[in-house]
Amino acid sequence: MSLDKPYTDVPGTTIFDAEMSRQGYHLNQFCMSLMKAENRARFKANERAYLDEWAMSEDQKQAVLARDLNRCIALGGNIYFLAKIGATDGKSFQQMAGSMTGMSEEEYRNMMVGGGRSIEGNRYTGEKK
Amino acid sequence: MAHISASVYTSHIPAVGAALDLGKTAEPYWQPVFQGYEFSKQWLKEQKPDVIFLVYNDHANAFSLDIIPTFAIGTAPEFAVADEGWGPRPVPKVIGHPKLAGHIAQSVIQDDFDLTIVNKMDVDHGLTVPMSLMCGQPQAWPCPVIPFAVNVVQYPAPSGRRCFMLGKAIRKAIESYDEPLNVEIWGTGGMSHQLQGPRAGLINREFDTAFLDRLIADPEGLSAMPHIDYVREAGSEGIELVMWLIARGAMSDVNGGKPPTVRHRFYHVPASNTAVGHLILENN
Repeated sequence: MSLDKPYTDVPGTTIFDAEMSRQGYHLNQFCMSLMKAENRARFKANERAYLDEWAMSEDQKQAVLARDLNRCIALGGNIYFLAKIGATDGKSFQQMAGSMTGMSEEEYRNMMVGGGRSIEGNRYTGEKK
Repeated sequence: MAHISASVYTSHIPAVGAALDLGKTAEPYWQPVFQGYEFSKQWLKEQKPDVIFLVYNDHANAFSLDIIPTFAIGTAPEFAVADEGWGPRPVPKVIGHPKLAGHIAQSVIQDDFDLTIVNKMDVDHGLTVPMSLMCGQPQAWPCPVIPFAVNVVQYPAPSGRRCFMLGKAIRKAIESYDEPLNVEIWGTGGMSHQLQGPRAGLINREFDTAFLDRLIADPEGLSAMPHIDYVREAGSEGIELVMWLIARGAMSDVNGGKPPTVRHRFYHVPASNTAVGHLILENN
């Protein structure tokens, strides 16, 4: 019997479940290594070489190099782990979150000041706005 | 005997910690957030708790994907402040209460909740931001803290019902501790927010308001809310709100006593990506 996954029809949302965690293990553990200042320095000095020390897929490495967080998440990354990459780049959580929405940093910030993204039309995939 | 005098509920947004640490609290963006905690800081000074039992979640700092405990109780004498990637927050280290924490672990496990016991653990913004909001910027935190970390990183988090029942077991454990300690229990995280994907930035004021109302008046009913409702209505990270139910389950009224007094209620949008919610309930 398969697991019940009622969260697959939430738009623009990937739930980090056991399956995603399995796919993203090495990607997320790489992110975790950036909690140490010396590793952040080594990563910044040569990103590709540092990534090659990890058993990540080539797609995962390319997504990190491109700082494509949506792609990282599709490949098993979790936002709390991926945040270490943003921290290494000196980005705030708001800048990171905004980068996944297709909005500019200013547009995203203004949306938040204006009360955030509305839930209306954002509950189910394919729902009319 | 020890007793639980009150419960505190608050969001634990990292940017709030950064705003404090960088001296930005008077900026127009942040001023309304910190204003909402002015009462609370004074209240905490007057309450003088002996111990704070602080329910929070680790954000991939103490726990990587190597070990993912659903419920972890910190039983160490002290806990260092984590370097989450930006460098550690400039806040005091956290002093634990190993004796009470060990007592709670033993009691709660015998009550069928299989806690993970942690004797070495750094604590992240999930714990230090609530401390900062409630205490300001002291040289040392005003009392020992027992960190209680709940997994909300890898789905599924524990259910609301499980959290609520666990709160009851924690209350029973604290009330059987043989020293007259004034203990507060804090539930942190939330409120509505989503940090990932094209739906990032989601805020649902209506959901949050109803959650606060029900947490006060109908916590048992609220505890039956399934995960998918949190995810869909309050955002993928809004599921942190299940942790509030642990603190709520430890209050008198749901254990045969009187309803609590609502001492403070505050709600504000936004702080960074998140809706800030805050509540103080006192036992009677």
